[in-house]
Amino acid sequence: MLGTTFLLAIRSILRHKLRSFLTTLGIIIGVAAVVTISTLGQATTSAVQSNIASLGSNILQVRPGQGFGRGGGGPRPPDFDEADVEAIRDQIAGVTAVAPQAQSTATAIYNGANWSTTINGTTNAYFTVQPWPLVSGRTFSPEEEAAGKAVCIIGNTVRTNLFGGGEAVGSRFRIGNVSCDVIGTLSTRGQAGFGGDQDDVVIMPIKTVQRRFTGTRDIRLMLVGVNPAYDGAQVQQSLTQLLRERRNISGGKEDDFNIFDTAQISATITSTTTLLTTIVSAVAAISLLVGGIGIMNIMLVSVTERTREIGIRLAIGAVASEVLMQFLVEAVALSCLGGLIGLLIAQAAVAGLSIASDLPFLFVPQVNALAFGVSALIGVVFGYFPARRAASLNPIDALRHE
Amino acid sequence: MATDAPLIRLRGVTKSYGEGATQFQALKGVDLDIIAGDFVAVMGPSGSGKSTTMNILGCLDVPTDGTFLFRGHHVERLNRDQRALLRRNYLGFVFQGFNLLSRTTALENVELPLLYRGDAKAERRRASMAALEKVGLDKWWDHTPAELSGGQQQRVAIARAIVTNPDVLLADEPTGNLDSERSVEIMHLLTDLNRTSGITVLMVTHEPDMAAFARTVVHFKDGLVERIEANHAQGEVVE
Repeated sequence: MLGTTFLLAIRSILRHKLRSFLTTLGIIIGVAAVVTISTLGQATTSAVQSNIASLGSNILQVRPGQGFGRGGGGPRPPDFDEADVEAIRDQIAGVTAVAPQAQSTATAIYNGANWSTTINGTTNAYFTVQPWPLVSGRTFSPEEEAAGKAVCIIGNTVRTNLFGGGEAVGSRFRIGNVSCDVIGTLSTRGQAGFGGDQDDVVIMPIKTVQRRFTGTRDIRLMLVGVNPAYDGAQVQQSLTQLLRERRNISGGKEDDFNIFDTAQISATITSTTTLLTTIVSAVAAISLLVGGIGIMNIMLVSVTERTREIGIRLAIGAVASEVLMQFLVEAVALSCLGGLIGLLIAQAAVAGLSIASDLPFLFVPQVNALAFGVSALIGVVFGYFPARRAASLNPIDALRHE
Repeated sequence: MATDAPLIRLRGVTKSYGEGATQFQALKGVDLDIIAGDFVAVMGPSGSGKSTTMNILGCLDVPTDGTFLFRGHHVERLNRDQRALLRRNYLGFVFQGFNLLSRTTALENVELPLLYRGDAKAERRRASMAALEKVGLDKWWDHTPAELSGGQQQRVAIARAIVTNPDVLLADEPTGNLDSERSVEIMHLLTDLNRTSGITVLMVTHEPDMAAFARTVVHFKDGLVERIEANHAQGEVVE
């Protein structure tokens, strides 16, 4: 009985290739669209989140001036100096380390290879406020920091372009007018959250950069590491107060520096991407609905033809349950086939788009299962229930169905 | 079961459609006996109840009231599935509109009843080819209905009806969609089957030319059997 049913179902599917194809197509499109869209949405969210995580999650970036720029007219607010760094480190509870930064750009030359890059002058604190391990070599020694020696730790992009990706530690190259010894190489960090290659950098002791490149003792940026056990807002407030005192800003005057809290930014961006994911999921749900309506249409259109077929089968002696079982097997087979093809297409699309757009390739089991389940259910329901109604007719009424 | 008992016996069979004021009574108490091996033509004007009677006899429809005995069993007491099994094992159908499955070869159409009966593949093939041979279409076994003429399609339908060796072959205006030459061919085929296989044939028609092939002619009028006449001239038409 079961073998017969399967035989009849498969024959029927093969005989009505166009109808079978259209039914399957609705499910394929529904599943593929939903899975692709939701997976890409989730991939975007996770990419943004990992970019933010790479900034360091408990860091306050302190810059002179208001906002990101240096402000409009008026006198330029002064940069920080070494005393500010020490004051913050020593006087504020909850600060783990303070990394000053002085930046410049220069062209690096090694064995005929040229590479224009960013020079970042800082201290070893730079490597404690944020997680950025070295792949080889070491950080600065106290003597090198104190004396402002010409040593450097290079990012992966610089290593690739100057040393062809080979071992750089122990080599010496020229950067600007300085001949510099490589003492360490950094692990790859990737694109910054807001563009720019974080690996395109040469890190040197801040004294070296100030003396040989910027020519001042000014510090443009401080990275302040915050102990996660402390209340970040409290630390930020103490920091603001301290800097106002040190910079002689009285009562009602505005700060002439700004504190950029990566944890806060991270929270903002996370909520934005969550919203994005919700919208994307809504779009996906609509495409699932549209796919479902497509399936319903083709199923309902074939009802007239199928009702007569059911009448014929009943007349020649099929029991209603046998006819229904055949239709159920047909609907399940077509829906599952369509669902599987849809899933495969979606994986291919996600893989292709992840290569094209630098997003990570994700496989989200829940999304796949939901899309497959809903489409297959629609296929089965709309393949089965019209058949059930037809099979409940008198054979003669089913035969006469127009 | 006594040998002289009729194969089919209808007593006081009524059939009503609709309810209340719009109710329409298609059959008003039909009494009819059909003996095994007979060739019966059912005639009558449109709306006389001949098709309704045929559908009830074919277990495609159920009487509103009355008794329907088939081989002494009360068919009106059977449920849907039991009626389906009765159709499967004892009845074969030929319709005016052929009612073959489209895009399905003649052979697969013919073997469909055997599939539902659960016969093995080899047996299905053998019996289906034999049935197609009886209707003279064994060479056309792999053609779909669209590739066959009307007469050929009706032959395939007849092969499908007889492939299970049923007791009764019910034909509802089997020649209604055919020209006179094809019609005569089909009638010869039915007569032949009736004579050689002993299959009881019940045929609805409104063409006297076709009814002339039957041994018994039942006339319907206004939902009742008007008269039954023996057709002594059957032999002349057939020969």
